[in-house]
Amino acid sequence: MTEKFSPEFGQAELDLLSRLSNALAVSGDEQEVREIVYEQLQDFKDSMHTDAMGNVLVRHEGSGPNRLKVMVAAHMDEVGMMLTKEDGDGLFEFVVVGGVDPRQLVGKPVMVGRDHIPGVIGTKAIHLTTKEEREQALKVNALRIDVGLGGSKLVEIGDRATFSTTLQVLGPSLRGKALDDRLGVFNLIQLLKNAPENIDLLAAFTVQEELGLRGAITAAYQLNPDIGIAMDSTPANDLPHFDGEENTTHNTKLDGGPAIYLMDGATIGDRRLVKWLTETADAEGIPWQYRQPGRGGTDAGAIHKTRAGVPSVSVSVPQRYLHSPAGLVRIDDELNTLKLMHAALSRLDKSILIPQENK
Amino acid sequence: MNFDILPFLKSMLSVAGLSGYEAPIRDVITPVWQELSDKTWVSSHGSLHAMRYGEGAEPRPKVMIAAHMDAIGLMVTGIEKEFLRLTQVGGVDPRILPGQMVIVHGTNSSETVELPGMVVMPPAHLLPKDGQKGPLPQKYLLVDVGLRESEVEKLVRVGDVISFATEPRELSGGTLSGHTLDNRASVAAATVALDLLSRRKHLWDVIAVASSQEEVGGYGAKGSAFDVMPDFAIVIDVTFAKGPGGGDTVLFDMGKTITSTWGSCDHPALYDAMQATADEYEIPLARDFAPSGSGTDAYDVQIAQAGIPVVELGIPLRYMHTPVEVVSIKDVKRAGRLMAEFISNLPLDFMNTVRWE
Repeated sequence: MTEKFSPEFGQAELDLLSRLSNALAVSGDEQEVREIVYEQLQDFKDSMHTDAMGNVLVRHEGSGPNRLKVMVAAHMDEVGMMLTKEDGDGLFEFVVVGGVDPRQLVGKPVMVGRDHIPGVIGTKAIHLTTKEEREQALKVNALRIDVGLGGSKLVEIGDRATFSTTLQVLGPSLRGKALDDRLGVFNLIQLLKNAPENIDLLAAFTVQEELGLRGAITAAYQLNPDIGIAMDSTPANDLPHFDGEENTTHNTKLDGGPAIYLMDGATIGDRRLVKWLTETADAEGIPWQYRQPGRGGTDAGAIHKTRAGVPSVSVSVPQRYLHSPAGLVRIDDELNTLKLMHAALSRLDKSILIPQENK
Repeated sequence: MNFDILPFLKSMLSVAGLSGYEAPIRDVITPVWQELSDKTWVSSHGSLHAMRYGEGAEPRPKVMIAAHMDAIGLMVTGIEKEFLRLTQVGGVDPRILPGQMVIVHGTNSSETVELPGMVVMPPAHLLPKDGQKGPLPQKYLLVDVGLRESEVEKLVRVGDVISFATEPRELSGGTLSGHTLDNRASVAAATVALDLLSRRKHLWDVIAVASSQEEVGGYGAKGSAFDVMPDFAIVIDVTFAKGPGGGDTVLFDMGKTITSTWGSCDHPALYDAMQATADEYEIPLARDFAPSGSGTDAYDVQIAQAGIPVVELGIPLRYMHTPVEVVSIKDVKRAGRLMAEFISNLPLDFMNTVRWE
């Protein structure tokens, strides 16, 4: 048996997650997070490489007999923007990358490029707007990123941009940008550093998840796992209904523990893996919840279709306000997700792949 | 040595001070103005007054510099579980609110607590039809402070103010971005003027006023003008800079000029005198048109007691009333210097020239 793993969220963990969350790594330009992953996983440098897509793949071989090859994926990329045209005077047109609601962009501080050049997305003064104008949402092509007078020398078209948000602890919660999926990246780093010996842990820090699970396609092919698990973040829509009705379509709830996927828009969670996760959680006394079956998708959607097919499942930290200037998670949910993943991996053997009777 | 205005302005942008709740910003300005004046006091409406005595024989004429220090923001109107409902204090376009970082000013056993929060949009399926497309009406927006219901219940009450939390950031080309540059940029300019005046002769008494409650109706300046009763007043506020989404009426190039307003609130003789000073000292000064009033403290000062002649200056600013307003520091300094030159050159009989025809 592996030693009891009891993760904590202290200053060191906060520092690492802050660096991950505050980094700028819009889909297609994940270098800043890739560098943090390499730095954190120096002990694995002989079994770590960056593939053609930009995924960072790390193999940790266990030592027991009959080891299962388990791929665990977490995506490094985040939604954001790309500068597309200079408009003079430090102003730039831009497009969004991934699912960003343009209503989240107006009046926000942003940062541009590898050097995090500060900018803002402003809008017309309310004094100059008409009532009719205020009833129309602003479209992306009406907005500009402003890096200041003469700023054209500091950034260039093609640069990626994202919200300029700093991770903060708010009581029992963490608030920061790109926690989808830097929490997954953080957790995967922790799992590697505490890798269970009963399995071969094949870690994939993937790229371009937000553009359609692209990195996971090639990562899963190369790692050729027996089973696949995506660690991601999923919406907690646990806000009040406008007329006080009970909110029954919350997807997940904060404080409900790790969210285990039965079905989303891309994957039917493998029944055996779902059972393995829920039974582990119950046995370990870890709170958990089902993610309400519905749309959306994680890297599992790419992994399960790899080669002849890979039984796959997803586990997510419930999070409010994904793809906005800042998401909000509970520290307890994050720790319980990490705990569950470690406990589940530690009790995994090949028997899980015995075909289940379909009932 | 010149007063270093940038750190002072940044420190003013890092505090709250909503209309009617100006204490936090007044506390930042007070020690700086105390250094640069002979006495300071607070008006019954919360404006800060700083008097620099002139060198002329008594009874000396008085000039008032008025710059409002209050901020627009939000206020808690309801609490639902751990979420807060909100309304606005001053003019806020609700389209800027989703995803906006804020601070809720709550109370913990009679001590003020600052709770960082964020304005959030509930998902569309939890809203009626008018909340599913287009900009979300303010009534559906919520604030989440990241605390659980039991904590929120203890710390937050209806009526607590909510300020914007955007940190000031220097952008390229000597520009600065942050919330409430409207109108703390002008408080900074007034401070530049006080600093310059502290090192040169001026015959007139100078009373700087950091006025309260401009964003809800000029109530602070109204009382201050009545109380101070200057011979004339310089009202300084921000004006619209050229920029994206600026609209056709917007004229001024940030960083290249400051403005003097021409319209119903502005005494033409003062306008001419200010322009002459700008010309003499080669300070670029453009004309801002406000034939029916400028929406600043000017009107409230103008109609105090038997009437006070007013001249208005403007600092061009982008994205007014958003938490990412932008100004050029050069313009702030220009405005401060222009006021100082103007005031230090005032002869004791200057008011004889401020006439109609």
